[in-house]
Amino acid sequence: MISMLLRNRHAAFALAALFWLALWHVGSVLVGEEILLVSPLAAAARLFEMLQTPVFWQTAGFSLLRIMGGFLLALLSGILLAAAAYRFKLAHALLAPLTGAAKSVPVASYTILCLVFLRARSLPLIIAFLMTLPIVYDTLLEGLRNTDRKMLDMAKVFRLTPLRRLRAIYVPQCLPYLVSSAGVGVGIAWKAGIAAEVIGLPQGSIGARLYETKLYLDMRGLFAWTIAVMLLCFVLEKLLLLLINRAARALERM
Amino acid sequence: MGDIVLSGVYKAFGDKRVLENLSHTFEGGKVHGVMGPSGCGKTTLLHILLGLLKPDAGTVSGIDLNALSAVFQEDRLCERLGAGANIRLAAPHLREKSALKALFDEMGLGGAEKTPVYELSGGMKRRVALLRALTAASELIVMDEPFTGLDDAIKETAAACIRRHLDGRTVILVTHSEGDVFLLGGTVGLTLPLL
Repeated sequence: MISMLLRNRHAAFALAALFWLALWHVGSVLVGEEILLVSPLAAAARLFEMLQTPVFWQTAGFSLLRIMGGFLLALLSGILLAAAAYRFKLAHALLAPLTGAAKSVPVASYTILCLVFLRARSLPLIIAFLMTLPIVYDTLLEGLRNTDRKMLDMAKVFRLTPLRRLRAIYVPQCLPYLVSSAGVGVGIAWKAGIAAEVIGLPQGSIGARLYETKLYLDMRGLFAWTIAVMLLCFVLEKLLLLLINRAARALERM
Repeated sequence: MGDIVLSGVYKAFGDKRVLENLSHTFEGGKVHGVMGPSGCGKTTLLHILLGLLKPDAGTVSGIDLNALSAVFQEDRLCERLGAGANIRLAAPHLREKSALKALFDEMGLGGAEKTPVYELSGGMKRRVALLRALTAASELIVMDEPFTGLDDAIKETAAACIRRHLDGRTVILVTHSEGDVFLLGGTVGLTLPLL
């Protein structure tokens, strides 16, 4: 029975998730102190309560708009910068140290630096942008560099226009790289964005709510907000990948 | 279409000499076969003619790089696009569906215009690559083993279609089979030695 279920990818995922939820529940029962480890049922109940309040949606909307705004800005900038670096050696030389350094700068450093110059409200947008940009840039540049040389020779011989080269050669060959960077990037944007909110405490953000759960030792709230962020991130990632694939197909059909 | 003249062409990759002091004239408007053993530099010569490689020494004259088309050793088609869309990429002037359909019928590919290339058999892909080279605006068509993967009957059909649509263009054809050159009404004018 189980081996049959494991053959189905979605069923296998659901089974594994159930296993870990059960383990979490057993752990919380054994610990016996909600302040140390809340049970999944209690966290789900708290999340359900929160979902029915307007504050939850306002808070989620605040962070979602800024984090996804920063992510989309990074996606667009990453595409343009990778294209520039692929085409112009000078652009690549100029960007190489910047993107190399950006990858290893801690979120906290960026956040503190940004707080000097910016209002806390714009923090999640800027941090999501800064943390996602190098990922999109690097991955897409690698994709562009791995474009089939033989297809580019074909394009040269047949004198394909830049637009035709883009839709017939570059888009299909770089799409897997773009999808991969977008998938990883959404997760990073949310993690970094929320971390920045916890440090900068912009009013009405998820990060500020998480900070409050720490102040009041509200473990139920902490887990409920964490699950909410995970769900938002999951749904937005799937939606985004769907949109990217559709846009690429539309461009190919042009 | 004027003559294409190679004069003292030399090409090496590192220590390996591929073409040495090659001089030859391809008469314009004719089909020319280029033969020779494997590794003698036939494909390298085609890449030089197409402007994809530069000779280390010597000159190539009589080629307008803006009036070329080619059938490469591999098909080099855009797999996700339809067969017809692949043709239109190189031949945007071919707008009318009926003209494209007639060409596909002639090449024995009737009904495959909209089929994505990844769904086509090897032989069908080869014929799409042949059609692309034929339909692209060009004065010189360079072909590298154009009939690879085609059985004798399909080869005859494809060759007849090519002959009908050459319109006085020059063809330089690399092959291991003299018969392929004759099928296109040409002669073997150059045999490359293995250096």
